[in-house]
Amino acid sequence: MTAVEDRPGTDAPEREVGKARRRKEDARLITGRTTWTDNMVLPGMLHLAVVRSPVSHAKITAIDVSAAQQAPGVVAVYTGRDLADEQGSIPCAWPVTPDMVNPGHPSIAVDEVNHVGEAVAVIVARSKAAAADAIELVDVDYDVLPPVLDMEEAVAEGAQLTHDHLESNTSYHFVFDAGEAGTGTDTEQAFADAEVVVSRRFVNQRLIPAFMEPRSVVVQPQGDNYTMWSATQVPHILRVMLASVTGVPEHKLRIIAPDVGGGFGGKLQVNPEEVIALLLARRLGKPVKWTETRSESLMTAHHGRDQIQYIDVAADREGHVKGLRVRLLADMGAYLRLITPGVPALGAFMFPAIYKFPAYRFECDGVFTNKVPTDAYRGAGRPEATFAIERIMDELAVELGMDPLELRRKNWINAAEFPFTTVAGLEYDSGDYETATQQALELIGYDELRAEQQRRRESNDPVQLGIGFSTFTEMCGLAPSRVLGSLSFGAGGWEHASIRMLPTGKVEVVTGSTPHGQGHETAWSQLVADELGVPFEDVEVLHGDTAISTRGLDTYGSRSLVVGGTAVVKAAEKVVAKARKIAAHLLEASEDDLEFSGGKFSVRGTPGAELGIQEIALAVFAAHNYPEDVEPSIDADATFDPVNFSFPHGTHICAMEVDTETGMVKIRKYACVDDIGTIVNPLIVEGQVHGGLAQGIAQALFEEAVYDADGNLTTGSFVDYLVPSAADLPHFDTGNTVHAAPGNPIGAKGVGEAGCIASTPAVVNAALDAVRHLGVSDIRMPLTPERVWRALHQGGDGGDRATAGTNAYGGAQTESTAGVSTPASSLGGDR
Amino acid sequence: MIPAAFAYARPSTVDEALQAIAEGGDDVKIMAGGQSLIPVMRLRLAAPETVVDLTRVAELRGVRDDGDAIVIGAMTTHHDVMTDPLVLQHAPLIAEATETVADRQVRARGTFGGALAHADPAGDLPAVALALDADFVIAGLGGRRTVPASEFFVDYLTTALEEGELLVEIRVPKLAGEWGMRYEKFNRVAQAWSIVAVAAVVRREDGHIAEARIGLTNMGATPLRASAVEAALAGAQASPETIAEAARSAAEGTAPSSDLNAQADYREHLVQVLTRRAVTAAAGL
Repeated sequence: MTAVEDRPGTDAPEREVGKARRRKEDARLITGRTTWTDNMVLPGMLHLAVVRSPVSHAKITAIDVSAAQQAPGVVAVYTGRDLADEQGSIPCAWPVTPDMVNPGHPSIAVDEVNHVGEAVAVIVARSKAAAADAIELVDVDYDVLPPVLDMEEAVAEGAQLTHDHLESNTSYHFVFDAGEAGTGTDTEQAFADAEVVVSRRFVNQRLIPAFMEPRSVVVQPQGDNYTMWSATQVPHILRVMLASVTGVPEHKLRIIAPDVGGGFGGKLQVNPEEVIALLLARRLGKPVKWTETRSESLMTAHHGRDQIQYIDVAADREGHVKGLRVRLLADMGAYLRLITPGVPALGAFMFPAIYKFPAYRFECDGVFTNKVPTDAYRGAGRPEATFAIERIMDELAVELGMDPLELRRKNWINAAEFPFTTVAGLEYDSGDYETATQQALELIGYDELRAEQQRRRESNDPVQLGIGFSTFTEMCGLAPSRVLGSLSFGAGGWEHASIRMLPTGKVEVVTGSTPHGQGHETAWSQLVADELGVPFEDVEVLHGDTAISTRGLDTYGSRSLVVGGTAVVKAAEKVVAKARKIAAHLLEASEDDLEFSGGKFSVRGTPGAELGIQEIALAVFAAHNYPEDVEPSIDADATFDPVNFSFPHGTHICAMEVDTETGMVKIRKYACVDDIGTIVNPLIVEGQVHGGLAQGIAQALFEEAVYDADGNLTTGSFVDYLVPSAADLPHFDTGNTVHAAPGNPIGAKGVGEAGCIASTPAVVNAALDAVRHLGVSDIRMPLTPERVWRALHQGGDGGDRATAGTNAYGGAQTESTAGVSTPASSLGGDR
Repeated sequence: MIPAAFAYARPSTVDEALQAIAEGGDDVKIMAGGQSLIPVMRLRLAAPETVVDLTRVAELRGVRDDGDAIVIGAMTTHHDVMTDPLVLQHAPLIAEATETVADRQVRARGTFGGALAHADPAGDLPAVALALDADFVIAGLGGRRTVPASEFFVDYLTTALEEGELLVEIRVPKLAGEWGMRYEKFNRVAQAWSIVAVAAVVRREDGHIAEARIGLTNMGATPLRASAVEAALAGAQASPETIAEAARSAAEGTAPSSDLNAQADYREHLVQVLTRRAVTAAAGL
């Protein structure tokens, strides 16, 4: 008798890697019939609601919680003062310089508030409604201080301080100088010798990750043990960090990230509310839950981007680039969260992009302002860098009177030159920029579009057409642990996996890379099906629970397949190696005479002598007959630490219509050819590219977190923070070239962030290409119709937007979504 | 995002509804489709004492032919308005504008009367009703009265509806002659409110524009008529040049707000472009 189902035929099963499998997790994710954290209901569970600051900068002079304490259903009310001795500081794991200034980040404000939405008290009640009702009953007295909102003002002499116990608004000054690092020549000399220098100031605006599932956390105390369910990307990191912040020992803390509805880096965080929930569950001895509202999410979950970029490029008249100089002001917001300071520093290495710059210098100031902290957001540092370099390459082309693609060709790394060490010291693994570009040009129908552009220009058509390029690369597969160490990051970048062969031949794969919608369960099943020769359906992927997946570093930075997938493959190789010993014993053959193919060990030269790996799983479970010198198990685990990043690249081309009468921009066509290495599942890749494009295009055209002069977030709801839907986006023509990544056995390079990184500059370049002949050389993102119109008719870059939210349905703002209003904030005004 | 506590009434006739409103206390909100009211309550911008839900008042739903006018029940959903044969035949402008309202889900629940009574300056239907010279039939405990569109919209989110009154139906006159209509909406993403929009209704006669009625969305606290443009177009030749010239006065008498989608001067510019486009299309050019 065998517990393994017979499979028809003797041919090796069809290879899974490369198959466009529909995702096995989608049915439950899409219908919501699954365990989202907010679906959790525990006996006796209490509900938390957070009282938040309506002012951006103030001393707290008094808090009266008595009315809230008396409210129906309220169990307790806590202020920052009540938790001051145990709440510690939200951790920052990336001190990018030895003297970086960290002001400390209490989970609940104690003496002062530094951004609108900062927690000042927390209500514990028997129902969610009772907790929400009591928020208005907490009376907080604020001694309001002037807010720091503008980075350029914040770093000027005599500036108002975000934190009055610090000496300045600068957290750190990070420098990478290729000349000093020995990876390039002297930058100042390169500029001194240059025939042409182009300098620009770009604004990479503040964005809100706007993940679909709001943040949610449930904590259950059991004696001195605590189980936390959280809508997090990083249960493993959260466990370590919460242990260090709260003093609950790591082995007494179990974190479960059940199904998680998106993150985009926004859930790569140790949230104040997670700390608060743990502290209150400990104090009260009862389960507690906190789930944010959408308004809270937009206002208090960390934001992304927000840089002012001063960039200079040096070149000769023939268009050979000679040097690159970048100075950034990067908005930290009011506090440093998990990797707040590291995001712009990570970008430092991507500004030289695919070009052979001989000289490069990068400087970045991390700047405090009275806004919510920034942190990781899809691409984290690389979209900002890619935007700046791809924009200034266009500006240089204009200055030289060259075709923008010709300029890129002249300077990019040629296919024969890989592996190529850049001026930033990175070794690019593989690629072919020319081939990808050729394919993209064909996909979009380049020559016809250029002809139409010409016709529209000549006829002075009110709707002009432009074509924009982005020939990008990025560093993926975060990350080689030693490299992270050299960048002062607080952890490594390895990943762990284990494979458990069950008695019935089914396979459990445990991954440390916790998904939040990427499709790990499907892709890992495909990998394991090929490695072990078992059916795709026989593989189950477990993740997200620190008691099941004991080691891991989770999902971000396009690392899961490249690092986590490789750990799975390595574990599978070990399973096969262990099974080989058992097979040799049972088949009475030498290990050397065994072949493993299609899930079966067979003895070379002895037809019919074969044993399936799923049968071996049963044999070692029974353990009646196995070799003396091995354990009765073919389970295995593996930890993979990459030696290098992987470097996906691609060419993105956008064709844009600009209505010169209204300023409305509309993408006419979009084509991209990405090289992301070997493709495990083309359907998942297509989905990642589409989603990434949507987010990158959203930065170019729609999204911006806007604060008014008082520091209120006026894009406090989706009425004003415009997340585009499919109806607002064009058809995407996508393609791939494949240069397998040499750094991992799968050959994958990572695709999670590609579309988001590449698309933004292509879109802006396209809009500028449409109107440059009308005298426009820059338009600030997002390219609102008003900004485009102003740039066309008044010159400049379109300027600041009014900061008042729309008047639709009553302004869609309340004191709790947008703080207080003063005359200075009423109609926005320019700041 | 939990509303403050409120009392709730769900009448099934207009009389019951008026009774419920009268008995609801000082602060009563009437809920039609709930697509504006519920978000506002969830944000705690509004915390009414009583909500009177009209969902079950069947007599307020549907469109009927009443001789020289079509009559649209206040509780007729956007979806039902858009697909109604009488609307499509006699007031296609309403269908065209309604198609641009929010998204499919909102149009399935949101109602024509609810959108008009809410009087959001960025909402699409008030300017359309104004351009079509619709009449608003209002019921109160003392009986019914009719208010023309030109008097219905009073101020920001404020209409001629008095306390205790209920909007029951909207009478849209059938237009005689050769009329063309167009709703030009300008917004940034598909489901968003109008930044500016223009509703144009044009009657042509012998190559001339005999009459033009132009309603403006979001150019002030209430929907407005572009009277200067209407006057310039009356009797004018139906040519692109005449229309363009007339449209230049579209911002006259408006008082648009400034917000992050558009500052006032840009709205004043947009309304001219959109008026030109709307009238040109409505005139069949």
